[in-house]
Amino acid sequence: MQLMRLACLLLVAGCAAQTRPPQSAGGKPAEVVTIPGDPYPSTYRPYPGVATVIQNAIVYDGTGRKFAPGAVRLENGLVAEVGASVTVPAGATVIDARGKYVTPGIIDIHSHLGDYPSPQVEALSDGNEATSPSRPEVWAEHSVWPQDAGFSRALAGGITALHILPGSANLFGGRGTTLKPVYGRSVQDMKFPGAPYSLKMACGENPKRVYGSKNQMPQTRMGNIAYARQVWSDASNYRRKWDDYARRAKAGTARPSDAPRRELANDTLMGVLNGDILVQNHCYRADEMTNMIGMSREFGYKITAFHHAVESYKVADLLKAEGICSAMWADWYGFKMESYDGIRENIPLVDRAGACAIVHSDDANGIQRLNQEAAKAMAAGNRMGLGITPEHAWTWLSRNPARGLAIDKRTGSLETGKAADVVLWNAEPFSVYARPEKVWIDGAVMYDWADARRRPTADFELGQQGAGDPK
Amino acid sequence: MKRLLLLSLAFGSALHAQTIAITGGTVATAVGDQVIENGTVIVRDGRIAAVGAGLPVPAGATVIDARGKTVTPGLIAGMSTLGIVEVEGVRQTDDAGARGSPYSAAIDVTPAINPVSPPLAIDRLGGVTRAVIGPSLAGNVFAGQGATISLADVGPGGNILMRGRVFQFADLAEDGARAAGGSRPAAWLDLRNGLAEAQRFARNPAAFDSGRDRGSLVKRLDAEALVPVVDGRMPLVVHAERASDIVAVLGLRREFPRLRLILIGAREGWQVASQIAAADVPVITLSLFNLPDSFETIASTRSNVGRLTAAGVTVGFGLFGGDSGTQGRNLPYFAGNAVAQAAVPGGVGLTRAQALATITRNPAKIFGMTDLGTLEVGKRGDVVVWDGDPLELSSAPTAVLIDGVVQPTTSRQTQLRDRYRDLTRRDLPLQYPH
Repeated sequence: MQLMRLACLLLVAGCAAQTRPPQSAGGKPAEVVTIPGDPYPSTYRPYPGVATVIQNAIVYDGTGRKFAPGAVRLENGLVAEVGASVTVPAGATVIDARGKYVTPGIIDIHSHLGDYPSPQVEALSDGNEATSPSRPEVWAEHSVWPQDAGFSRALAGGITALHILPGSANLFGGRGTTLKPVYGRSVQDMKFPGAPYSLKMACGENPKRVYGSKNQMPQTRMGNIAYARQVWSDASNYRRKWDDYARRAKAGTARPSDAPRRELANDTLMGVLNGDILVQNHCYRADEMTNMIGMSREFGYKITAFHHAVESYKVADLLKAEGICSAMWADWYGFKMESYDGIRENIPLVDRAGACAIVHSDDANGIQRLNQEAAKAMAAGNRMGLGITPEHAWTWLSRNPARGLAIDKRTGSLETGKAADVVLWNAEPFSVYARPEKVWIDGAVMYDWADARRRPTADFELGQQGAGDPK
Repeated sequence: MKRLLLLSLAFGSALHAQTIAITGGTVATAVGDQVIENGTVIVRDGRIAAVGAGLPVPAGATVIDARGKTVTPGLIAGMSTLGIVEVEGVRQTDDAGARGSPYSAAIDVTPAINPVSPPLAIDRLGGVTRAVIGPSLAGNVFAGQGATISLADVGPGGNILMRGRVFQFADLAEDGARAAGGSRPAAWLDLRNGLAEAQRFARNPAAFDSGRDRGSLVKRLDAEALVPVVDGRMPLVVHAERASDIVAVLGLRREFPRLRLILIGAREGWQVASQIAAADVPVITLSLFNLPDSFETIASTRSNVGRLTAAGVTVGFGLFGGDSGTQGRNLPYFAGNAVAQAAVPGGVGLTRAQALATITRNPAKIFGMTDLGTLEVGKRGDVVVWDGDPLELSSAPTAVLIDGVVQPTTSRQTQLRDRYRDLTRRDLPLQYPH
C-alpha cells in the first residue's frame, strides 16, 4: 500500500498534484528528485453546449439497458437524466427523435490516427519507432498530427474518444494516449483529461519479422519472450533503485545526487509495474496470449487488454478468469498467418464467456463504422443461438472500451453524472443504413450532418478538392 | 441442349444439377428494380427455367421454402484475389504478384487457381457465387491477365475457372508510377511502349525479334499478350484514382482507338463523372472511400459511387488490394452503405436496386459474364436465399445455389466455431472428434 502511494508520488499522471516536493520546516522545498507524472497535460476544454433534451427516441444506454421510448437530458456537459421520459427544463433545446436512436458515443481503444495520418506518405509515417525491439520511452502522442482528416471522419462515425497507440513493430512500442476527436492546435488540446497512459506491447509475427529481417533479436517467438523478459527484469531493477531512493529521501538520508539516473524507457515500465500505466497488448493467437499472461505473472504486472485477439474465442474462459479484455475486429482474418483462425463469432463468444469484449478498429476507415462491425459480430453470435440484444451489444462499443482505458467513471454509458458523449442516429444503429445525425462531446454538438458549421475540415484538406463535401 | 451438355462437362458439379423450386420469397431479380412478392424461381439443369409470382412447382422438383426470405442472384466480386491468394502475409500462398518475374503482361493468373482455397468457402457462405480475379502489380505498369471463376464446391481436382485471359490489368496510379521507376510519365511510357509493341507484333509476328533494340523492354510474350488489348478483344482494366489520371486514361483511345477500358479505383471519379459516362467506361470501385489517404485520393467521398451512377456510369463493386481481396462476403456491406449515403444531407447514394446491381448485374456486365448477374430465364442458376434484407448486416444466406447446385453450408470458420463453442474439458482434447 505504502509502496503504491509512493509510486503514485513518483509517477502517475492522475497524481500530478502530489508531485510537489515536500516542504521543509523553513518553507524551502526539500531537494527531492521526482519523476513528473504528467509533463504534457491535457489542455482540452469542452466547447459550449446548451441544455438539451432528446426525447421519443429509442435509447441504448451502454450498460445493457434499452429505453423505448427513451429520453436523455444533457446539461452542463453531463448526462443529467435518462429514462422513458425526462423533465424538460425551461429554455432547453428539445429534439423530437421519433424513429431515431440514441446511444453513448463510441470509444475506439485501438487507433493510429495522427500517427499514421492521411495522406499516408513517408513524411507523415510516425507510428513505429522500429529502431529497437524495446522503445517504451516513446509516446504516441508526440507523433500525433492533430490535423489528420481521419479525426473528422471518426467523429462523423460517432466516435467520442479514441486511444492512439504506437504500432506493433516492437515488443514494447511506447505509450498510448487517449484523445477526443476534437480538433486542436496541439495534441494536448485533444487529450482526454486525466486518462491514464498505456504501454503498447506486441507479441507474435510483427516484432519477430521486423527485427528478424534485420538479423537481429528477436527472430522467433521464443526470442520475443526472452527479449521482453530481460526488459522487464531490468525495469524491476530500476524500480527497486527508485523505491530505495524514495525511502531514503523520505527518511532524510538521501542527497539529490543519489537519485537514480532517469531512464525514460524504464519510467514507463516502472509505471506499469506500479499499476499506473495500462498494458494494451497486441496479440493474435490463443497460445501466445497465455505466454503473455505467464510473463505478466512472472514480473508482477497486469494486462488490461489483448488487441486484435483473433483467437480469444479459444481461451475466452481464461480471459474471463484473468479479467483481461479483448479488443477485436468483427471479421478480419487470414491476412497473415496468426490471423488465419479468425471467425466472426469471436466477439460474441468472448462476451458469452463473461469476459470483456470490445470492438476495435486499428484502421482509419473502420473506425468510422464500429457500430456496423459490432452488428456483424452480433448477427454471427445470434445465428449460433447466443441471443444477443442490441442494447447488450452496445456495451462492446462504449462501456467495455471505457473500462479498457480506465475512463469508465467519466464516460462510456448514458448514466446521470457521466459526460454527455452522445450520438443521435437516424435509424437503428446496427443497421447498415444508419448514420449519426448529431454527435455531442461533453455536451457540445461537435458534429451535425445537417449543419455545415458543425462539420470540421482538417487543415490539410482546406483549399483542396472535395473539402467541405459531406464525406 | 447441346450447349447445356457442354456446360455440364465444363463444370463437373452441374452434372448433379436437378430441378429446384425456390418458392414464396421476395425475389429481387436485379433486372432493373424488379421485386416479385411471393415469387418462385425454378432452376433446371443448372439454368433458371422460370421466375414469377406464385408459379406451380414442377413435379419432382426439390423445394426450397423461401417464405419470409429474400431471393437474389448470386453475388459477384468485381475484382478480387480469391483462389490465388490465401494468406496475404505468407509469400508462398500469394500468387497475385510476381515481383521477381521478367514478364508482365503475359502473366496469366489461371494456373494459380486453387479450387479448395478456404476463402472461397467463406465467401460462398456470404452469398458470393462468382468472382473476377486479377493479378497485383509487380515490376511493370502491366500486371497481367485476370480470369473469372465460380465459387462452386468442386473438390480439390475440380475446375472453377470460367474464363481465363478475361482482361489485362494496368496501373496508372501512384503504384504504377512506382513500378515504372518512380513517375507517372515513366508509367505512361511503359504503357504506350507496351501497346505499340503489341501493334508491331500483330503486324508481323515473325519479324518481331528483328531489328529491335537489344535492350528492348517488352518481351515477345508480353507483346503478344497485349495484342488482344490493342485490337479491342480484351478489355484493359486500368487502375487510376486522381481525376486528372482518369481523364488521361479516357484519352488513351485517341491513340489506341479500339481499346476497351474499365476503370478500377477511380476515387476522384465523381469530379469527372460526365466524362467517364460519355466515354462509356465502367468503373469498379467500393463505396466507403472517404479519406485523403494519398495525394491521388484527396477528393475521396462516400458519394462517389452515387454521383458516378447518377451520371450514367456503370459501377460494379470489387475488392482489390490489401486483405479485402479475399473478403467478398462484405460486398453487401458496401452496397448497403452506398444506400445509407443518400440519407446524409448533401450526400448522394444509391437506391436499393442500384446497390444490388453493383454486386450482381453490373460486375457481370462489365466482365462479359452475360449469363449471370440477374434472375432471368436462361441465365445460370446462381441464386441466393437470404434470411433478411440482403444488404443488411444482420442477414445471411440460408441457401446458395451455383449452376443450380445447392452448395455446402460449412467452411473452416464454421468448423473452428463449432470446435470451440464449448470449452469444457472433456475426456480428450478438442482436437479429437466429438
